[in-house]
Formats: sequence, structure tokens, C-alpha cells
Amino acid sequence: MKKFKKVMSLLLVAAMIALVGCGNSNGSEQTENTDNAASTETAGDAAAEENAPTQAADGEVFKIGAIGPSTGSAAVYGLAVQNGADLAIKEINEAGGINGTLIEYNFQDDECDNEKSVNAYNTLKDWGMQMLVGTTTSGCCIAVAAESANDNMFQITPSGSSVDIINNNDNVYQVCFTDPNQGVGAAQYIGENAVAQKVAVIYDSSDVYSSGIYEKFVQESANQSFEIVSAEAFTADNKTDFSVQLQKAKDAGAELVFLPIYYTEASLILTQANAMDFAPKFFGCDGLDGILNVENFDTALAEGVMLLTPFAADAEDEATKSFVSAYVAAYGDTPNQFAADAYDAVYILKAAIEKSGAVPSDSVSDLCEKLKGAMGEITVDGLTGEAMSWDSDGAVNKAPKAMEIVNGNYALIQ
Amino acid sequence: MKKLKISKTLKDNILTYGIVILAYLIMQILIGTGNVSSLMQGLLVPLCVYVILAVSLNLTVGILGELSLGHAGFMCVGAFTGAFFSKCMQDVISISLLRFILAIVIGAVAAGIIGFLIGMPVLRLRGDYLAIVTLAFGEIIKNIINVLYIGKDSRGFHFSLKDSLSLGLEEGGTVIINGAQGITGTPKDATFTMGILLIILTLIIVLNLIHSRDGRAIMSIRDNLIAAESVGINITKYKLMAFSISAALAGVAGVLYAHNLSSLMATPKNFGYNMSIMILVFVVLGGIGNIRGSIISAVILTLLPELLRGLSNYRMLIYSIILIAMMLFNWSPKFIHLREKYSLKRLFRKNREVQ
Amino acid sequence: MSFISYLINGISLGSVYAIIALGYTMVYGIAKMLNFAHGDVIMVGSFTVFFAISMQGFPTMVGIILSVVLCTLLGITIEYIAYRPLRGAASSLAVLITAIGVSYFLQNVALLIFGANTKAFTSVVTIPAIKLAEGQIIISGETIVTIISCIIIMIGLTLFINKTKAGQAMLAVSEDKGAAQLMGINVNATISLTFAIGSALAAIAGMLLCSAYPSLTPYTGSMPGIKAFVAAVFGGIGSIPGALIGGIVLGIIEILSKAYISSQMADAIVFMVLIVVLLVKPTGILGKKIQEKV
Repeated sequence: MKKFKKVMSLLLVAAMIALVGCGNSNGSEQTENTDNAASTETAGDAAAEENAPTQAADGEVFKIGAIGPSTGSAAVYGLAVQNGADLAIKEINEAGGINGTLIEYNFQDDECDNEKSVNAYNTLKDWGMQMLVGTTTSGCCIAVAAESANDNMFQITPSGSSVDIINNNDNVYQVCFTDPNQGVGAAQYIGENAVAQKVAVIYDSSDVYSSGIYEKFVQESANQSFEIVSAEAFTADNKTDFSVQLQKAKDAGAELVFLPIYYTEASLILTQANAMDFAPKFFGCDGLDGILNVENFDTALAEGVMLLTPFAADAEDEATKSFVSAYVAAYGDTPNQFAADAYDAVYILKAAIEKSGAVPSDSVSDLCEKLKGAMGEITVDGLTGEAMSWDSDGAVNKAPKAMEIVNGNYALIQ
Repeated sequence: MKKLKISKTLKDNILTYGIVILAYLIMQILIGTGNVSSLMQGLLVPLCVYVILAVSLNLTVGILGELSLGHAGFMCVGAFTGAFFSKCMQDVISISLLRFILAIVIGAVAAGIIGFLIGMPVLRLRGDYLAIVTLAFGEIIKNIINVLYIGKDSRGFHFSLKDSLSLGLEEGGTVIINGAQGITGTPKDATFTMGILLIILTLIIVLNLIHSRDGRAIMSIRDNLIAAESVGINITKYKLMAFSISAALAGVAGVLYAHNLSSLMATPKNFGYNMSIMILVFVVLGGIGNIRGSIISAVILTLLPELLRGLSNYRMLIYSIILIAMMLFNWSPKFIHLREKYSLKRLFRKNREVQ
Repeated sequence: MSFISYLINGISLGSVYAIIALGYTMVYGIAKMLNFAHGDVIMVGSFTVFFAISMQGFPTMVGIILSVVLCTLLGITIEYIAYRPLRGAASSLAVLITAIGVSYFLQNVALLIFGANTKAFTSVVTIPAIKLAEGQIIISGETIVTIISCIIIMIGLTLFINKTKAGQAMLAVSEDKGAAQLMGINVNATISLTFAIGSALAAIAGMLLCSAYPSLTPYTGSMPGIKAFVAAVFGGIGSIPGALIGGIVLGIIEILSKAYISSQMADAIVFMVLIVVLLVKPTGILGKKIQEKV
């Protein structure tokens, strides 16, 4: 037995060396590849400049990476980002690319873990990524933003909404609203439109997004005409039974329940509220979008739910319709807000590249500087907002839309 | 015979240290010549973290013979105390190395104390019941960290278990631990060299303990508790000793982990029972009680998901199949028998004859 | 009044834990292994029902039978491939790790087949809720069915183990595998049967879990699985009535601590109570005291 273990450990050492060796050889190949690519690029560039300045040489591509959880319990968001960005890139490539340059795309899984996310980022760097669409979740995004700031890599996150992501990292931009922005916006909307007087909140205290909105909502509520009668939290490990939180809201006589959470839990809350004959107004933020597309969900339960969201898959405008139909055709699911954010993120990159005149042969850092310059000047009409523009801190300026679910469809509240 | 045996353990230990130092030198040379991918470079510190965790858990599982499923909880304690210290002292102590070493000491002590406090009542439970209680403690630690809010302003520290608003901070006060959002902006002090030094420190502590009088007492408890008690070994003392040393070393790993990432949160993924189980997988796959095996399996199982990235969405599926296959290959009596019969026999026939 | 409705909510949640814990405790009691993949067998069972009823439009009964049959086969297969080769291994921990591997495997297969999107599960329970005190107190149909199923399963299992030959063989195997073999009991077949029954129970538990909390993802089973494991330990792991009591008590504690102490710290409180119970009574509420022989 002892001997066997010894042999096994030797085998494992051998395996390890082989593995490390593989990693290294991959790495060195990678660097060689990029070196080659760089040299051909410069050669190509020179040729292109001589012949026709608008036409790009062969083999020149923009390398866009994306990161999100495609396995694990947050996989639904990561897969949406993966597909949304993929769809946009395919469209752009079919239309001839950005300024005639095609895009190469690589998505890496981070399992919604900060450490794995940094690993994913490093993998993409080895692949030769020039711009990052990601990461999907706020926590990971804070960790990756610190790395990308270090490398001065241009990063645009579709859905990482924490303020810590853009604070002190001037290379990072957001497509979605920041959490404080949403919390304040929701409180103002409820107050100004006198939707309700007594408000209950149910939020996920273990989630950065949810607790971020909750805090600002409570702060802002002091300036508004309504009163918060109950505020109950749940955690990631305890998110199937909401009877207590709902019972407390009911006992406190809440007319409106504010749900700054994602639609998976919200669908359970709606079902359980219905089972206990509790029918207040439900009000949510962009995380609630997608609730109508939960497979097999009884949409009658969501009737009358209000949400402030920049995107709704059922919206009637042309862009959304064509996006939704293309997405369904390609991936079989109805897209949620994450997919739309990622789709927009790619088009925002395209707009910024076109504006700045960046070329693939620019170094990562030069590219980042050019794009940063361009981000302050562009306005983009996307699925998740019209005339989106960016401050130098990286936060987006766009108007949220207030939606109400009527007859199983989103309807814009004017 | 006795002399031969001693030299064998010595040889064994030298081999273990040798592997670590050799791996370090190889990596340094490769980094120096620019042959290491960014992925590998980014993985170096996490590898050190998992190696320390695996070795320290092996002390509890392999040497003490008790199943613990709460190891990530001790890592969590170390990570948060260490990061909290660094964050508070960021402006006071400007030498990052000194600050980091102090953070490690503080993290280790905090985790060790928690391990001691938990160990006192629970170590009298046996087997699966101990496993479930340690799992429970791990979850309790994670849950409490997730609702813990600590802020600092001119009046000192403020604590809350509800939300950051109830801290009642003055204008200009900062929230250091923000509940589920954890600690953001910990200085990135962890380096590969530091990680390797900590591995070697861990190995020195663990290997010396195993081969000391105390270590033999601990192992006698593992092999037969009643017999050990009957020859006058203080069961509680030795159990607590092994358990709190193991916890303190997990705390060291936690500090290293926290100083490698700029945002530290206690999620089910990194400090929940899933992580505790993952560390246990390292230990069991590498061989229970086999320190070198723990190091190697921690490295392999950490690298494996990264090397499988090419398989995109099938990655974790393949990972789980490889994990099952490796376990069967390593542990199944049938496989062991088969291997001894065929592949290794010829290799070792010579050896056997000599012995 | 609100206390009574909290209590009822606690019992509903507890009955779900109890029905999962029954399967856990059954497998542990006989095979003496912590089957970490149990929660994921539950998930597979729920997906089967979802696939049959909601995607293919089969009648409810067909879906239930299909799910039970499939899970039984799955349980036997898992035991055969991943656990049986490790019987007699040098450490009992080895099989714990393969169970974890199986758990990852099942989650990832489900993720690849059904995707990560949440599915709303159609309840398999059709009886209406009971409303008392002018609608202040509501007992849902799912709760009633779950509790009745728990009691039937508990009685059925107890009878099966005590009154049938196969059941007696299980008891013998759980006491001493070697001695059982010498008495002419086929140990492998008996343990296969244990896993078959345990997995069939998992299928039933899965559909009742998802009927009560109708959200289905590839990770649906893992957290309830752990909670049910805690419930089984609470009641004395290996004890069948203990699983029922442990589950209900756990559910009530969880809901009451959410209601009266803190909704964020409910898990910490539940685990704290577990630790206190185990320290006072180290083998759980109904656990047998094991005398160690010299």
C-alpha cells in the first residue's frame, strides 16, 4: 500500500509536470502566435496605408473577450451575456465588421466566483483579447476591473452594476444603471407618482446588486411621501421559502412590495403571495425583467407588476423585435435583459471604435486610451436605452422606462 | 532497521520540500524567460492557497483522523480578519511586506482561536456527526460574515448586524466590511514568492508535528482512541492541538487568498461547504495522511478546470467525470489489485527482490 | 394569529425537508454512506416530471410514474458505477468524494440538456388549500399531501424493513456486511435495492419539493439536499421516524427564527440549534446510542 502510494504520487508528479508543461507550451505558442500576428499586422498595415487606407488587410481582427458564469447557479445570466454578445458580433461580422475589420470572439466561464473570474480574464489575455465585454456579475466585476485597470484594458460591463466597479477604474464603463441610481430612481418614481403609501421591501442581502439598490432606496425614501413598513431580507442559501417575508409585509398592511431582486426569486414570491391571498402592487427593477419568460410560469400571477427597466423582450419597437426573433432562432430561448445589455455592449464598442478610428494593430493600452476618448463623445441608441451617453467615470446616462405587465405583456407607462 | 526507517522519513520530507522548491525555481525561471502565460501567472498564488489548505486539512483528516467539512469557514475567518487589518492599516503601515506579514499573523491567530473555540465542544463527537457539526460551523461563520457591517469614522469603529445604514456613520466615515459586499480594495500584497514561503512554513509545521512525540500521540488517537486513552494520552489536548493548528493554517491560506483579489466576499462558492468539500477532495485524492499527495492533487485539481477551458460549456461535466475516474483509479480495491498485477509488477520486481 | 400561520408555514417547509430526509436516512442507515448526490437525484426527478407533463403534455400520473422509474434506475446505475467499486476501499471517505463527483455530473448534465433558465414547475397536487379563521390561516394542498406522503412512506419503510425478508437482509447488511454475507445474504443486491428505494423516494420528494416551491433549475436539489441532511442528523441519522421529526422541527425553527429574530440569519440559527442538540444528544433526537467496545 505504501509503495503504491509512492508510485501514485510519482505518477501524479509526472502528470503535474506534463500539465504545467502543457500550460507553458500553450502559453509560449500563444505569445509566438501573437508575435507573428503582430509582425504580419504591421506589415499589413504598411501595405494597407500604401494601397488603400480604408481597406483592412487580411488576418486583422479585433479580439473581443467576454466573461460570465456559464455553469453554476448564476449560469442563466452568464449564458445570456455569452449569447447576446455572440449574436451582435455575428451580425457585425456579416455586415462586414467594424470599419471593415472583423471581430473574433471568445467567452470564458467564471462560475460566478471572483477568483475564477480573474482566471478567465487571464485566459482571455493569453488568447490576445483587446477589449473585454464583462464581467456579468458585480462581485466578479470588481475583482476583474482591478486587473484590467492594471493592464489598461478597455472594459465595458453589460450588467455589473456596483459603483465599486467604475470607482477609481477609468478604463471601465457600464451599460446598465448603477445600483444607487436604480434605488433612487425607484423611490422617486413611487413617491412622485403616488403609487402607494405603505411600502414593504424584500431583498437579497447576500447579493451586491440587491442590497445596493435596497440601501439607496431606503435613504431616498426619507425624502418621499411614502413610508417603509417592513424590510425583510433573504440570502442565497435560503431563497425558496418567502412565507415569512410576505407574512410580515401583509401584517404591516403594505400596499406595495418593492422587489429589487432577480426574476427567479420574484417568480416564487409571486406564487407564494398568491397562495396566501396577498395581492399588493409589486414593483421591481431591471432584475425583474424576464419574469414573463420563465418557462411554464403562470403569467396571470405577474399581472399588474410594475418595473423600472431599460429593456423588455415584449417591446414593440423594431430593434427589439428583430433582436428577439434572431435570438430565439439562434439559441432557442427568449432573451432577458442581460442578453440585451451584452448585445448593446458590443454595439457600443463598435461605435466607440468607429469614432476613435482605432485599428487592431494598436496595443491594448493605446486602444484603451482611444476608446476612453471616444466614449465621452458617442451616443448610442440601443435596445436598453435611447441616446445612451457616458460620463468620464464610466456610468451610463439613459432613461429608465417604467413598465407595467398588462394581459401578460409589458406595457409602457406614459 | 530503526535507523533505516528514520532516514526514510527524512528522505521523504526532503523530497516533499524539494518538490516545492523545485516547482518554485522552475516557475521563476520560466517567468524570467517570459514563457509563462498570464493564466498560469494568475494561478500561482491561488495554487499556493489551495496547497496550504489541503496540507492543513490533511492534518485534521489524515493525521487526527476526524472528518471536517468546515475548513472553508476557518479560511473565511483568516481572510476577513487579515483583509480588515490591511484595509485599516493601509495608510498607517506603508511597507507592504510588513503589513502583509502582520495580516498573516493576525489571520492565523484569529482562525486558530475560532478553531480552538469550536473544537472544544465538538471534538467529542465522532465520525459523521463531527462532519455535520463542522459543516454547520462553516455555514454559521459565512452567514455571520454576510450580515456583518463594520464602519470607521472619527469616533472609532461601528458595528451592525442589519445593514450599513444602521451603522450611523458620520460624514466622511467609511464602511470597511459591507455585509455581503464584503471588503473591497484590499491591497494586493500576495506574491508567488510569499505563497511558496508560506507553503514551506506550513510544511515545516505539519511535518515536524507529525514526526514529533505530539504527532505520534495524535496518530495513536486516530488509530485507536480507547487504547490511546488507556496509556494515558490526553485525548482532548491532542485533538484540540491538531484541530486548532489546522484551523490557523487555513487562516493563513485565507489571508493569502484575500490579498490576491481586490474584492473579498463570503459567497457559497468560496467560503461555503462547497469549498470545504473541494479541499477534502484534494486530501482524499492525494491520499489521506499523505502530505505530498495533498500538494500534488491540490495543484492538479486546481489546474484541471482551467486546462479544460477549451471544452467551453462541457468543461465542468468533463471535470466531474475525471474526478470520479481518478477516485476509482486511486481507491477502488479492484483497480489497485489490477494495477499491482500488471503494470507496476515488472517495474518493481527488482526492488522487491532486494527487500 | 400570525404565530399560528408562521407555525403552519414552518410545518409546510419542514414536511418538504422531512420527505427528502427520509431518502437520505434510508441510504445512510443501510449503506452507511453520506450520499451527497441525493439532492441531485431529486433534481433529476423533478426535471423528468417537468419534461413529461409540461413539455410533452403527458397526464400527471404518467409523469409521476416515469419519474419514479427513471430515478430508481438512476440510483441503481450510480451505485453500480460510482459506489460499488469503492466498497472495501481503505477509507470510507473515498466514496464520499465520488458522491460529490456524481453530484457535479448530474448538475452539469441537466444544465446542458435543459439550460440554466428557471422553469416554473406545475404542481402535481390538485387538492385545494384549507382556509381557516376567515382566510387568516391557509394550509396549502401541497403541505397536506407532503405530510400524508411522509407518514405513509415512514410506515411503509418501517414495515418493509421489519417484516420482509429483503428488509431484514438490509438490517443485517447495515449491522455487519461480512457477517451478512456469511449468512447467505447477497450484499451487493441488498445495497442496490437500498439505492433503488432511496432514489424512488427522491423522485417523490423532488416533485413535492417543486410543487411547494415551483422553481426548477439544475441546482434546485443541492441546498434542500443539505438542509434535509441536517434534518436527518437532527432526528438521528439512520432512524426513519427521526427523519420525519427532524425535518418538521428544522422547518419550524427556520421559519420562527426568520420571523422573530432575523430573516438573514435564519440559517446560522438553524445550524446553531443543530449543534446544541448534537452536543446534548450526540446521535440526534432519536438516534441509537452506540456503545464502543474495547
